[in-house]
Amino acid sequence: MSRISPLFEQLRQQNRTALIPYITAGDPHPDATVGIMHALVEGGADMIELGVPFSDPMADGPVIASAHERALAHHVGLIHVLDMVKSFRETNLKTPVILMGYQNPIEAMGIDRFAELAQAAGLDGVLTVDLPPEEAEPASRAYRAVGIDPIFLIAPTTHAERVRHIAKVASGFIYYVSLKGVTGAANLDTDALAGRLQEIRSDCGLPVGVGFGIRNAETAAAVGKVADAVIIGSALVQLIADSAAGANTDNWAALRQKLQDFMAQIRVALDQKTQN
Amino acid sequence: MDNPENRKINSTIAAFDAATFNFAQYPDEHGRFGEFGGKYVAETLMEAIGELQDAYATFRNDPEFIREFETDLRDYVGRPSAMYYAARMSEAYGAQIWLKREDLNHTGAHKINNAIGQALLAKRLGKTRIIAETGAGQHGVATATVAARLGLECVVYMGAEDVARQQPNVFRMKLLGAKVVPVESGTRTLKDALNEAMRDWVTNVDNTFYIIGTVAGPHPYPQMVRDFQSVIGKEARAQMLEKTDRLPDAVVACVGGGSNAIGIFHAFLNDKDVALYGAEAGGEGVATGRHAAPLTAGRPGVLHGNRTYLMEDENGQIIGTHSISAGLDYPGVGPEHSWLKDLGRVTYDAITDAEAMSAFHDVMRYEGIIPALESAHAFAYAKKLAPQYGKDKIILVNLSGRGDKDINTVAKMEGINL
Repeated sequence: MSRISPLFEQLRQQNRTALIPYITAGDPHPDATVGIMHALVEGGADMIELGVPFSDPMADGPVIASAHERALAHHVGLIHVLDMVKSFRETNLKTPVILMGYQNPIEAMGIDRFAELAQAAGLDGVLTVDLPPEEAEPASRAYRAVGIDPIFLIAPTTHAERVRHIAKVASGFIYYVSLKGVTGAANLDTDALAGRLQEIRSDCGLPVGVGFGIRNAETAAAVGKVADAVIIGSALVQLIADSAAGANTDNWAALRQKLQDFMAQIRVALDQKTQN
Repeated sequence: MDNPENRKINSTIAAFDAATFNFAQYPDEHGRFGEFGGKYVAETLMEAIGELQDAYATFRNDPEFIREFETDLRDYVGRPSAMYYAARMSEAYGAQIWLKREDLNHTGAHKINNAIGQALLAKRLGKTRIIAETGAGQHGVATATVAARLGLECVVYMGAEDVARQQPNVFRMKLLGAKVVPVESGTRTLKDALNEAMRDWVTNVDNTFYIIGTVAGPHPYPQMVRDFQSVIGKEARAQMLEKTDRLPDAVVACVGGGSNAIGIFHAFLNDKDVALYGAEAGGEGVATGRHAAPLTAGRPGVLHGNRTYLMEDENGQIIGTHSISAGLDYPGVGPEHSWLKDLGRVTYDAITDAEAMSAFHDVMRYEGIIPALESAHAFAYAKKLAPQYGKDKIILVNLSGRGDKDINTVAKMEGINL
């Protein structure tokens, strides 16, 4: 059973916003990823979004696309990403983990085999960027059968009728892409966002997480006031890139600390909403 | 590899009769050709693709739109393109070789047919900015040309490696007022240019029209580009009947994304006695792994908005391609080709760099024509097929573009310093 709905229910009761960090699995090195996941949880993450490296990440901006290239330099494939989830689960049975990626690696493994291995690894959800609802049903069916949530995107360009349709096929939560553009784009209008989230919630009834364009505690706090979850990707991945930790294991403890501290700042900013 | 999808395709083949099959019914309303095609794009683009699909569904039956398209093809492109009997080549190859002269079009290749069609759509949709990807630069030049003519802003994405090997076309695009953006990510070739164009489109979707240059990408592109290019086959079929009073025995075209091939094949699909052949880029040989022949040596997967045959590794990562021809240097292929392959209607085979080079010289020395290196692959395939057909049979080759752009590449291949 997916851990996602119980998480949002618990947070709702506590009037807290979920904090969801994104990292690309295998960046900066395959052996560093599980440690980074634990550090993110230590820093206050409620859920982890793990990017599956792909040779052609069309929907990602330069920051995350470079992370894919760094991971691919170590030949990280979907099977290795599932191993990382499994390894994370050895000491963490509570924090939901979802994968974000593209369809071709999943098809190469075979949808049914992927679903089976993902369940065994303890995965909770799958978001496939290039799989809109029109193309998703065979995969979604396989995921639901093993208790994994198929997670879908809603964009600023998605009209109300599509939102209602997506609500029917999605589970877990809705990932709202707050900007037209690729991951890592700038500038976010939080007032416009609030209105849009209200519409989406009334149309779909699922918790709504907001991603794209959230880069620091300030924007996270602003978005956190209106969203059920805040997703931080490029800002975090940029920290990994800047650390130039690479394959040198001596650098990894400092990197984990840096990422944990960054999470903690965001956590504090988000939780101020409860105190106000 | 046994999977349910392959089994479904096999059952389609059992019921297939090329003479009566309604090819025009495809793609279906989901944009699929059997199991291939579809709309595999991020949610942000779904609205734009839906808008394009609706607009195209309307305009493809709009007499005013068709009239404007046909007028431009006649007065601006110079259509119909010639049908030419290659006498000396026929003698040398051993079958009657006829050429459909797309190299004589304005801008020197078939690409302009599609660029004009899509630019007319862009104008009707009120878009002010055009983007495109390009490999050899032919589609980039065609797009920059139509953008200049309509006064639209134009940005062309081109792999950095292709920018280096296709300098004349890069300069041509700049002269036409386009901005050429070299793409440094991934393998720095056509597929990466496509990724970058998609990223631009998703960011600027409100005012931007993406003119895809081949019969790939999300629905409705494979259908739309096919329709705009199908003028090649319609003309060729009529010209062949007029000049020889019969249909060709075989039609040969090169296949990268596959737009010139679909363009010439489509009018012949129901002519079951006309054999259709697609020449993929075999690079250094399929056995070496250094090639760009997904139909010959790939497997079905999802890339750039559609399901189709792809070159990928065991993890589903797209692998680097190799071809002497920048225009064929692409790891995927239009979904309709994947379907025609599985239906058995078209035969695809790989032609190596060396075979293409040899045919390139044949076309120059026998016929006084510089063929594009892309088109040279089709000639090399015709050369192989000719002995099987014999001197009474007609092989129609689509000469998809002129090769002036390739002379530097050819010189380099042969160790000549220009």
